[in-house]
Amino acid sequence: MTQALAFLYNPHRFMAFSAWAAPLFGALALALAAAGLWLGFAAPEDYQQGDTVRIMFIHVPAAWLGLFVYVCLGGASFLSLVFRQALADAAARAAAPIGAVFTALALATGSLWGKPMWGAWWVWDARLTSVLVLFLFYLAYMALRAAIDDEAKGARAAAILALVGLVNVPIVHWSVEWWNTLHQGRTVFAAGGSRAATVFLVPLLLMSLSYMSAFGALWLVRIRGEVWRRRAAAAEARLAR
Amino acid sequence: MLDLDPGPYGFYVWTSYGLSAAALAWLVISSLGFARRWRQRAESLETRAREGEGRGGDAP
Repeated sequence: MTQALAFLYNPHRFMAFSAWAAPLFGALALALAAAGLWLGFAAPEDYQQGDTVRIMFIHVPAAWLGLFVYVCLGGASFLSLVFRQALADAAARAAAPIGAVFTALALATGSLWGKPMWGAWWVWDARLTSVLVLFLFYLAYMALRAAIDDEAKGARAAAILALVGLVNVPIVHWSVEWWNTLHQGRTVFAAGGSRAATVFLVPLLLMSLSYMSAFGALWLVRIRGEVWRRRAAAAEARLAR
Repeated sequence: MLDLDPGPYGFYVWTSYGLSAAALAWLVISSLGFARRWRQRAESLETRAREGEGRGGDAP
């Protein structure tokens, strides 16, 4: 596994790989979104939730990605902290704003779904609260990096914060099992198989793959930007000598 | 046949989709802009640094 990923440690190889992989992921995201949206709006109304069920096709992928991106952020932070991989630090820094946007979207679309179904924009439910904490970890990570002038120190401090925040990931995931929540329990990955009807499950999975591909494209593009930013800083240092 | 009329839930459904589209569009534009901006700056600085080093190498 380490050998398989070793080529990504090298910035030159990474830049060559990402130059074709990012547009490929972007095109894949668009194609999957087109198919997912088509099937999502062709699906019948839910017998209980009516047309609000269509919010699921963008809410659930955003929530999954918010969590998944945080795992990527934590993994990259670990590699950066333990193995001093510069590219891993760039990957961690690049993941944070993307994850924050996905998590904010999960909260916003969840609120817009909750109001007509629960009668409230927000409840201090275990799932909602733990996702809000996830969002705050993203904001804290970005704020910490921005607040420390010394980039190496800022990267170390933010990486430690990101690793601490990983504790919240299983809490978000299992919150609907551990506590009695208003939020519905696990549906797609429920024990014994998915409880969602195929007509809803297919567009949901297509939209989730689309969001995942979009994240792949955006992450690669932002890491490329980070590599360029560091190259600019190195060239500036050479000029200053 | 597509069902594009969410009836009484139109505000909630379309606001959700609108917000998601706007946020994802912002992510795409800001990410591409971020990468392009730093690429241009890095290339310009690297060219200047190379030129400076070239001149330094010629000096007695």
